[in-house]
Amino acid sequence: MSTTPSGSHAVGTGTERVGTAAPRTGAPVLEVDDLHVEFRSRGPVVTAVRGVSYSIAPGETMAILGESGCGKSVSAQAIMGILDIPPAHVTGAIRFEGRDMLTMGAEEQRKIRGPGVSMIFQDALSALNPVYTVGDQIGEMFRAHRGTSKKDAKAQAVELMDRVRIPAARQRVDDYPHQFSGGMRQRVMIAMALALDPKVLIADEPTTALDVTVQAQVMDLLKDLQRDTGMGLILITHDLGVVNEVADRVAVMYAGRVVETGTIDDVFTRPAHPYTRGLMSSIPLLEDKGHRLNPIVGAPPTLSRIPSGCSFHPRCPMARRGPGGGDCVSDVPLLREVAPGRRAECHYSEELLHG
Amino acid sequence: MGRYVARRLLLTIPVLIGASFLIFAMVYALPGDPIRALAGDRPLPESVQAALRAEYNLNDPLLVQYGKYALGLVQGDFGTDFSGRPVLQTITDRLPVTATLTGVAVVFEVLIGITAGVLAGLRRGSFLDNLVLVSTTLLVSIPVLVLGFTSQYVFGVRLGVVPVAGISEGLYSYVMPGLVLASISLAYVARLTRTSLADSLRADYVRTARAKGLDRRTVVIRHTLRNSLIPVVTFIGADIGGLLGGAIITESVFNIPGLGRAVFDSVSRQEGAVVVGIITLLVFFFIFFNLVVDVLYAVLDPRIRYE
Amino acid sequence: MSDRDPAARAVDPQSSDLRHDEVEAGSTSVLAAPDVDPTDEKQTSLWGDAWKDLRRRPFFWIGGALAVFFLLMALFPGLFARGADPRSCTLSNSTGAPSAAHWFGFDQQGCDYLAQVVYGARNSLQIGFTAVIGLLVVGVVVGSVAGYFGGWIDSLLARVTDIFYALPLILGALILLRVGPQMLVFGHPVPILSERGPGAIAIALVIFGWMTAMRLVRSQVIAIKSSDYVAAARALGAGPLRILVRHVLPNAVAPVIVYATISVGALIAAEAALTYLGVGLQRPNYSWGLQISEGQNLLRTAPHLVLIPSVVLSLTVMAFVMMGDALRDALDPRQRS
Repeated sequence: MSTTPSGSHAVGTGTERVGTAAPRTGAPVLEVDDLHVEFRSRGPVVTAVRGVSYSIAPGETMAILGESGCGKSVSAQAIMGILDIPPAHVTGAIRFEGRDMLTMGAEEQRKIRGPGVSMIFQDALSALNPVYTVGDQIGEMFRAHRGTSKKDAKAQAVELMDRVRIPAARQRVDDYPHQFSGGMRQRVMIAMALALDPKVLIADEPTTALDVTVQAQVMDLLKDLQRDTGMGLILITHDLGVVNEVADRVAVMYAGRVVETGTIDDVFTRPAHPYTRGLMSSIPLLEDKGHRLNPIVGAPPTLSRIPSGCSFHPRCPMARRGPGGGDCVSDVPLLREVAPGRRAECHYSEELLHG
Repeated sequence: MGRYVARRLLLTIPVLIGASFLIFAMVYALPGDPIRALAGDRPLPESVQAALRAEYNLNDPLLVQYGKYALGLVQGDFGTDFSGRPVLQTITDRLPVTATLTGVAVVFEVLIGITAGVLAGLRRGSFLDNLVLVSTTLLVSIPVLVLGFTSQYVFGVRLGVVPVAGISEGLYSYVMPGLVLASISLAYVARLTRTSLADSLRADYVRTARAKGLDRRTVVIRHTLRNSLIPVVTFIGADIGGLLGGAIITESVFNIPGLGRAVFDSVSRQEGAVVVGIITLLVFFFIFFNLVVDVLYAVLDPRIRYE
Repeated sequence: MSDRDPAARAVDPQSSDLRHDEVEAGSTSVLAAPDVDPTDEKQTSLWGDAWKDLRRRPFFWIGGALAVFFLLMALFPGLFARGADPRSCTLSNSTGAPSAAHWFGFDQQGCDYLAQVVYGARNSLQIGFTAVIGLLVVGVVVGSVAGYFGGWIDSLLARVTDIFYALPLILGALILLRVGPQMLVFGHPVPILSERGPGAIAIALVIFGWMTAMRLVRSQVIAIKSSDYVAAARALGAGPLRILVRHVLPNAVAPVIVYATISVGALIAAEAALTYLGVGLQRPNYSWGLQISEGQNLLRTAPHLVLIPSVVLSLTVMAFVMMGDALRDALDPRQRS
């Protein structure tokens, strides 16, 4: 099913994008199918994720792009199974190596977390337990999942710290998280996540809390590690620059749904959805100096009051009341193939692509 | 860690000096006639007064007075009562009793308080949780004075399951007074543990622990318990002061012959020096205990060790 | 030592330790763990939200009703004493048990016990409220100065606070009230302290109880002074006093208000304890502590002498503890959008 890596491929420099049109090598290792996540508490029901579908092949980097509140983090946490089940309510299918995790028992699901799918978070300082050493926390992966002895676990932790390029690993393995800098802490998290050679790594805004230079180092590290292990990487971010450097494919999310998917090249140069196009045109270019900025008008909707029909219609310059099936205000567009290898959720994608 | 302990020790010294000076100022420096202040309405012959004045160095300048006073404290001179008996004697006689009472109270406070808090914190919103919430609110509201007499009446006089007073039945006689003394602190510990545990369960590092695929038991025991206990430990340390004050009342209500009862008796017998001497000792003990708690806090929370 | 005060932690553990705050500052996104109601969009103020939450809590109303009840009792004792005069005593009624005509029976002198209890409320509440106000004033002033100016001022005040912390409330107040009447400042007796009345007790409670309030205010001020709106005010030329009073303090006081409410109850209990120990109020003043102290030897034969003022005292303390609890939950930032 999933192919194992056969050593590193030819390495490009950090600025060269790897795999422009990387063919998907074999069956997807992770498939999300019509995922819905609702939160039911005192007030009305909030649907944070409204029917999201995407898949990851081994060795592929998929970026999930979207603004805050669009549901990208929640969908990732649903995949990991770390949402509190009441109040959260998850439906759909999440297939890891073909098996639907949502129909598994809790114990089976738990066994996949760590060895199969693992996750790193945005703020490493709060994501690491302050009272245990980093060696202890990294070693915990081995002790808990493989029953390794404390001594061996610690030795393997040192190896991992080396692998993620933390200098003086042997000395620093007994240090506490607060004694590291932000970038180093993020590497500790990466080491922890990679400990058991997972097939998929989900990185939730891994560089948002870091300085720009450190960002680049961490992204390079992730990319190199991915090449070495052949794991799938799901990169959740709102940073277009990072996506451009690192990802093969991208899924753009808006108001809890995926509105466009495709390769980076395709989506960024010729978007098939007005929202994506709005995102692209809002990036200021050097030659635009002195001109007005081009934001997308309006603000994302609150999840308790999603607009009818196409959720983007109040902000869309192309929205129209069309004939049957194409009315942006009342007809919900579905994710469909609008060009080879590209899907979008808009009644008028073709117009956007060819017009 | 060593540097942290050294710094804490160093910081304790000004506190020791300051606190003893505060007591000294209140008792010997500010009153117009400290002997009269200590004796209250008790009549004292002039010769005794003159002797006491010399003994307390009241004719010396202020700082010299304090110096001799402090030196005396260090050597164990906590004053004498009006019949010449050194307070140190009273202290050595009664300290074991008070230590036992306070020890029993702390044991109850820690065992019952933390257990209740953990159970409530793990099952938020359950019947147990609400039970703990309501009962702690009640306990916190009932002054030690009230709880003392009420439980003495109900369990001692009416039901007869515990001794009404005194320590004639060995350790068992400390159970009721210990529980009474611990009651308010126990309630606070339970609530604090509950809140702290609930906070820890929501922390990002718990989310990470679950994302690592650890089982629920490991997540709770390894990743939340220790973190939640940190604020609880520091609370228990600072609360000892309240326990010492409460011990005075508890020993008085249950007629337990400890330092607290000695204070109570000395107040009514106008033996001011004894009152001041015992309280000074209790304050020193409190300061020392806080130092121990500071170190324990650093053991639990590595972030503290390096500041 | 002084930054880990028990009541502060019990009241609001999160805000009393600044580092704790900083570590927790990187919290999860709201959507992943919604205790808050993301559908409620109305952006109201802290106090507006708090009131809405407070209205829903039964503890607040029960506690409030009790507090009002005792407040009225303190202000209008005549209404509650059923016409009895606490001073008209007939020895023949000595230690009489409660009956239909005299709800609380009689004390050793044959004085109506209900009247004594009612008149005792006045002293207790008076002491509780004045002490808390005094405590707040001292705590807020010292805490905000220490927190805002920092540096050596803060270090000095922190040491002073540590020293006072070393003397627990009951122990320190005991000594002060014992020798207070004899104290001279510049040759004159200290005004309120020298009489052994409610004022003296209140002063003693403030002197040994201000530290926690100071600590709460200080840590809040430290957190707020580095916030953006304070920087903006400073950039617009506002002086330190103006910034403190108009911008910092209104946002710093929430945990202190909770602590103050609970403290009213705690200090009323402290007064009863001090009176019981013999250094508080004396006859001819009325106090529940006095009633308990005088009745303790007759616990077997006339338990009502101790039990009735005990229950009343507890209910009074409970009133303020309940309100303080409800207020703390209502102001808890974790439960607001």
